[in-house]
Amino acid sequence: MNTNNLKSILMRPEISTFIMFIVIMTGFFIANENFLSARNIRIVMGITPEYIIVAIGIAILMISGEFDLSVGSVFALVPMTMVQLVHQGIPPWVAIALGLSIGIAVGFVNGFITLRFGIPSFIATLGMLYIARSLTTVATGGFPPPFPHELPNELFVFQFEVFRASLFWMLGVAFIAGIMLHRSNLGNWIYSTGGDTAAASSMGIKTNNVKMFCFILCGFLAGFAGMIQTFRIEAPLPSQGYLLELESIAAAVIGGVSLFGGVGTIFGAAIGAILIRFLESGIIMARIDAEWFRAGLGSLIIISVVFNTWVVRRGENMVHKNQAEENQNSSQNNESVTESKDE
Amino acid sequence: MSNENIIECKDLNKYYSGVHALKNLSLKIKKDSVVGLIGDNGAGKSTLIKILSGAHSPDSGQIYFEGNEVKFKSTKEAMNLGIETIYQYSALIPQMSIARNIFIGREQTTFSLGSIGLMKTKSMDKAAMDALNDVELHLRSPDTPVNQLSGGERQGVVIARAMYFKSKVLILDEPTNHLSVKETNKVLRFVEGLKKQGVTSIFITHNLSHVYPIADHLCVMARGEKIADLAKEDTNIDELTDLLVNG
Repeated sequence: MNTNNLKSILMRPEISTFIMFIVIMTGFFIANENFLSARNIRIVMGITPEYIIVAIGIAILMISGEFDLSVGSVFALVPMTMVQLVHQGIPPWVAIALGLSIGIAVGFVNGFITLRFGIPSFIATLGMLYIARSLTTVATGGFPPPFPHELPNELFVFQFEVFRASLFWMLGVAFIAGIMLHRSNLGNWIYSTGGDTAAASSMGIKTNNVKMFCFILCGFLAGFAGMIQTFRIEAPLPSQGYLLELESIAAAVIGGVSLFGGVGTIFGAAIGAILIRFLESGIIMARIDAEWFRAGLGSLIIISVVFNTWVVRRGENMVHKNQAEENQNSSQNNESVTESKDE
Repeated sequence: MSNENIIECKDLNKYYSGVHALKNLSLKIKKDSVVGLIGDNGAGKSTLIKILSGAHSPDSGQIYFEGNEVKFKSTKEAMNLGIETIYQYSALIPQMSIARNIFIGREQTTFSLGSIGLMKTKSMDKAAMDALNDVELHLRSPDTPVNQLSGGERQGVVIARAMYFKSKVLILDEPTNHLSVKETNKVLRFVEGLKKQGVTSIFITHNLSHVYPIADHLCVMARGEKIADLAKEDTNIDELTDLLVNG
């Protein structure tokens, strides 16, 4: 029984990602022991929470069976909206609320187009990737506006000894999202919708509502994370979050979220995002040309998915072998109903 | 089996973009019986069960459930009355655990805000195991993902779920499709067990030999019509085969 439990834990993709994380961290630490110095951890963990928040939103949406390629653009559009609104004389908190509602609105439009017209979310959100990025650039009015210091950025990014305030916001998001996905009935609906939409709706789940919720949550979290990044660097850049959509999907996939929906965890997505950031830092610290980061990331995506698939398949084979044995043992007891009932 | 009708359909008609899929179908189903609904592909079996399960509404005709006329707007409404449908494709989510599957859409929750709440996982796990034991399905753990179960065991989980939620009528749409002989027998035994527990089952199949041994009543369909409706004692396998083949 105990070995079975151990097996089922090791079979979980996010655990194999975690093991990979430990291995990679150890490798970089051996290459340069400053890699795990307080200073380097401070640098990496100062920026990582933003990426984790986006990855959490993407992971939940992917578990529900859909994609969002527009998160990188929303990551720029939301804070740009906030900054420009404050420049128009809108009170900072109102500007923040309006900005975040842009994220929600983009999520809603993504969901509406995907579900109403029955087209792949890949296409709907690819269109939104361009639209939202274009709106961001238009909103700058030609050149990036200065950062208005009325905005309460310290609340979100204040630098403590090692960590930034954003880490605690991220932990809050991860905690709430984790409870929602893994402990609430809504989470059960999200997994079932992504696992098999037809089966879920035959059980009375309103799958379109579930997906819509996930689209909106993803848009909101992408905007919220973008806001944190702008607050940290104190400069709203129209190029912010460029290619972030692919990196977030990479983080989710590295963390064991399935491209086909129905599988994944918040923990996995977070580990995936952290792994990417430490990979980037590790390559720099090991004095490898930083251009190798993308090659490293690419290899990581492929290796982790191949590894996860292999682990899961091995687990399944093990189960099937056990089952075959059990069937053989019980086959003597298996009287055919057909024979016994036929007169 | 009692003499009371649990479901009665009167003159049901259904058209799908011009195709007359169901023609003046009337049917009485007795409480606590196993009804075999047989017919070749395209005979209208699926249309009939979609109407009975609330997935589609008939274009004309009435349905009575326990003597009262019902008009289902959704599968949920039919489920709330106690009509549960098990579709050809398994109504289980392969990647999810047995316990989570049993409670999809009907989770036990606490601290709920509106319809969203925290799941009582422990009590759901226990209830899941009890429900499985009730249909004589002994599986190791409620946490086992459904994709690690055999086809017969999966149907067992679905039947256990219907039993747990006190279904009065269980509609099984080709539950033995794609199953091995041994697994088919398992499913047939589950269905036999249902009758003992006071559940009426409608067993849809195109394979007469699967349903004949366990059915009390057999209903043959062809081209959207009911062509025969016979108690088992009034017929035999040869007559039914002839009806099925020659319509």
